[in-house]
Amino acid sequence: MNNFIYFWNHFAFILLMMGGLFIIITSQNYLKKIVGLAIFQTAVFVFFVSLAKVLDGTAPILTKSLSVYSNPLPHVLILTAIVVGVATSALGLALVLQIYKNYGTIEEKEIENLELKSDK
Amino acid sequence: MFDLFLDDAPALVVVLPLIASAIIAFMPSKIWPWIISMIVLVFHLALSLHLIEEVSISKIIIYEFGNWEPPWGISFKIDGVNSGLQILFSSFVLISTFYSRKIFLNEIEAEDTGKAYSLWLLAIGSLNGIILTNDIFNLFVFLEISALASISLISLGAGLNRKALLAAFNYLIIGAIGATFYVIGVGFAYAMTGTLNMNDLIIQLSQYSEGQLAIFAGMSFMLIGLMVKAAIFPLHIWLPAAYSYAPSAVSTLLAALATKTILYFFARLLFEVFTIYENYLIIFLDFILFPLSVIAIFIGTLIAIYQDDIKKLLAFSSIAQIGYITLAFSLRDHSGITSGFVHIFNHALIKGGLFMSVGYFAILYKDRVTLSSIKGFGYKYPITSFALLICGLSLIGLPLTNGFISKLYLFQALYINQMYIPIVLVAVSSALAVVYFWKIVEQMWFSDIKPKPEKEDPSIYFPIWIITISIILFGIYSSPIIEFSTLSADYLTQGLQK
Repeated sequence: MNNFIYFWNHFAFILLMMGGLFIIITSQNYLKKIVGLAIFQTAVFVFFVSLAKVLDGTAPILTKSLSVYSNPLPHVLILTAIVVGVATSALGLALVLQIYKNYGTIEEKEIENLELKSDK
Repeated sequence: MFDLFLDDAPALVVVLPLIASAIIAFMPSKIWPWIISMIVLVFHLALSLHLIEEVSISKIIIYEFGNWEPPWGISFKIDGVNSGLQILFSSFVLISTFYSRKIFLNEIEAEDTGKAYSLWLLAIGSLNGIILTNDIFNLFVFLEISALASISLISLGAGLNRKALLAAFNYLIIGAIGATFYVIGVGFAYAMTGTLNMNDLIIQLSQYSEGQLAIFAGMSFMLIGLMVKAAIFPLHIWLPAAYSYAPSAVSTLLAALATKTILYFFARLLFEVFTIYENYLIIFLDFILFPLSVIAIFIGTLIAIYQDDIKKLLAFSSIAQIGYITLAFSLRDHSGITSGFVHIFNHALIKGGLFMSVGYFAILYKDRVTLSSIKGFGYKYPITSFALLICGLSLIGLPLTNGFISKLYLFQALYINQMYIPIVLVAVSSALAVVYFWKIVEQMWFSDIKPKPEKEDPSIYFPIWIITISIILFGIYSSPIIEFSTLSADYLTQGLQK
């Protein structure tokens, strides 16, 4: 039980991450897949940031009164990863838009049926 | 002035294509984006040659960005492991860019040319970053830039076949999951060691020489993430559709280089960084990677036999060929790593040549190239067809081609490790490769139609023949490839013996 409280950020991260992965795998709608992917990636970002937290630590600013501060590096890394995540979502949404223009639907099953018909 | 330029060569080979990509993005002209790309890539090749010369003298170059000393700053590293790959990469992108002009003109809208070359250079710059980077988080950034650029390039194929959009979307979702897995692994590694620099990581990991659960979890996440990106069976689902519905020029670039650069980094991570955890490596390589590689070789070859669409056939054969490379890596010794690198070089050339020839057929036939559509092409377009034949024979592994060298080294490595059953399996799978390639040859030369020869475009068959001649050349005089691969294996096994 002690472990659970101490490492609760890990449990929260796993829960959020698995939720995102579940949405990606199970949903038939391409838009929902993008949302699932965004949740999945955000879970990892939250995990990174929570790793950097030092108890009672503040922002890493150089003043005389503060001596305990959080590790700033994971924040910087995640800033980069967020940009990558946004680009991925944007490209995904653009593709969904094009799929809708070409097929008239963004449901995976309906598109599969359309493709089967066109193959025949 | 020029010396200053050369001092920054490791950064410039990555940065030059990225800058040029931004410049040509909105150019309305049809020809200038291609000319600028060619100029940039000629410089790229010159800089790579300069780097190889430097490395042969100083053995290792570590380039620190902004003069921040590692482990704080990001650094690039060029040593024996990646110098050979750098030269292959640089020369192949130049040839395929030369080839791509007429192909792009036929397959995409004329006003998109600038954007297509912009994405093309973006993919080249970021893939080169994967080869040179010495920082595990920096790798993730390059991995994602190259993935997003390739996805956009693949979706350009939608003008010909709308399935390209679905292929691109699947690649986006699966690729992003793979990359995010890799980042989780980096998170674990950073939490335990406090460093992202690979050289420093090796030092920091040695304090946990017994191994820790968090480190093993991190390693597994990183390796699985990279396996998705390198299309190692069974995480290859995105690859066949992505390669076969992309515009032909794009499949050439991706099939030849995209997975290879990631396989190189995969080997580097396994044998350089994680080498102190011998027990973990034994479990991962012997019980996971080895069986998966053998299955990949068979499944890939068998599915390829039943394909009607030739680009798809080649894509499935790629999965089998990646299986040969990972099979060689899973042997975990000097001979295995050498043979893996030999096949990385040779397969890049072979698949590049094959996709180039088929891409030319695709624009001549103005539709997807299927087995029935290439009837009599051997007589109709003899120059390109003959190049396709040589590349295909090399894929099977006939003597006098570089594919034979690959097979020879793989057999040798398996024999040294006393794995006699895998030798038989590899031989059988090569025989099965004859089956699918024969189906193409049969249609091209032995069908009932014998059309008159038609004129072929020299600016397209010239680059194809450069690749084909290099295939024969490296089959007869193979020492450059062998030397670079042995050098790579020497550097990587230094860690194993420590």
